[in-house]
Amino acid sequence: MINSIYSVLAFYGLATVIVVAAILVVLMRNIMHSVLFLAVTFIAMAGMFLLLDADFLAAVQILVYAGAVCIMLVFAIMVIRRTDMAETNLFNRQVLAGVGLTVLTLALGTIFGGRTAWTQLVTHEAVPKNTVQYIGAFMLSKYVIPFEVAALLLLVALVGAIVLARDEEVKDNAGTDDYS
Amino acid sequence: MPELTITLNHFVVLSAILFCIGLFGVFTKRNAVAVLICIELMLNAVNINLVAFSKFITPGLFIGQIFSIFVITVAAAEVGVGLAIIIAIYRNRLNVDLDNFDWLKW
Repeated sequence: MINSIYSVLAFYGLATVIVVAAILVVLMRNIMHSVLFLAVTFIAMAGMFLLLDADFLAAVQILVYAGAVCIMLVFAIMVIRRTDMAETNLFNRQVLAGVGLTVLTLALGTIFGGRTAWTQLVTHEAVPKNTVQYIGAFMLSKYVIPFEVAALLLLVALVGAIVLARDEEVKDNAGTDDYS
Repeated sequence: MPELTITLNHFVVLSAILFCIGLFGVFTKRNAVAVLICIELMLNAVNINLVAFSKFITPGLFIGQIFSIFVITVAAAEVGVGLAIIIAIYRNRLNVDLDNFDWLKW
């Protein structure tokens, strides 16, 4: 339970920023503007993590998402050459079906998620201060195997991305793209 | 006057809304990079959920926070490999329109 007036105001402000920026990510016609609003969403979400007493996660969110992922997306967009930047992020022909399915999912999720009696599970303990020392201790004791698997996953993703995006072998058949 | 407290339900509903915005983008966007962006939005919605449950239900155990760190790791790896695949496809087809990605159609 979060009671203080500042927390309530912070929640509604951050939630508004997150939702509006996320809607703009989807609606923008220029994909560069989409990535810009994606960064806004990520930073507001770091504020939401601070509100939830997860300061380490807020820092990770800024570093990994607002820093690395957004920059990587911008680089990929620049590599993929376009003639007209203003028309790079259009809708396809399934907008009506997409709206229907999304509204259905939203209604079901909101109804069931909002009606479930989570309050019976809620404890009133506070999250310990300085979460990073607890997270570090858990990471290297109880969750050490997932931690190592995550390291392996990052290595595999690194090697895989280099192999996939490498130029040499692909260049030979770039001119003849008669696959269809 | 409505009651001025933020409960777990508020975070669950916010996360559902954000997830559905991402879902709508995945369904309806043409550009493959835009679809990757919308998948990131969905993963972030899941992170809000995990951290909120971690705060309200198991505050001392940090299960949700550690799990969302792993989600962030997987999301970063996914973006890297996904963009590499998109760039490789762009080299072959000079196009990243998902409507044209139909080699596997039979």
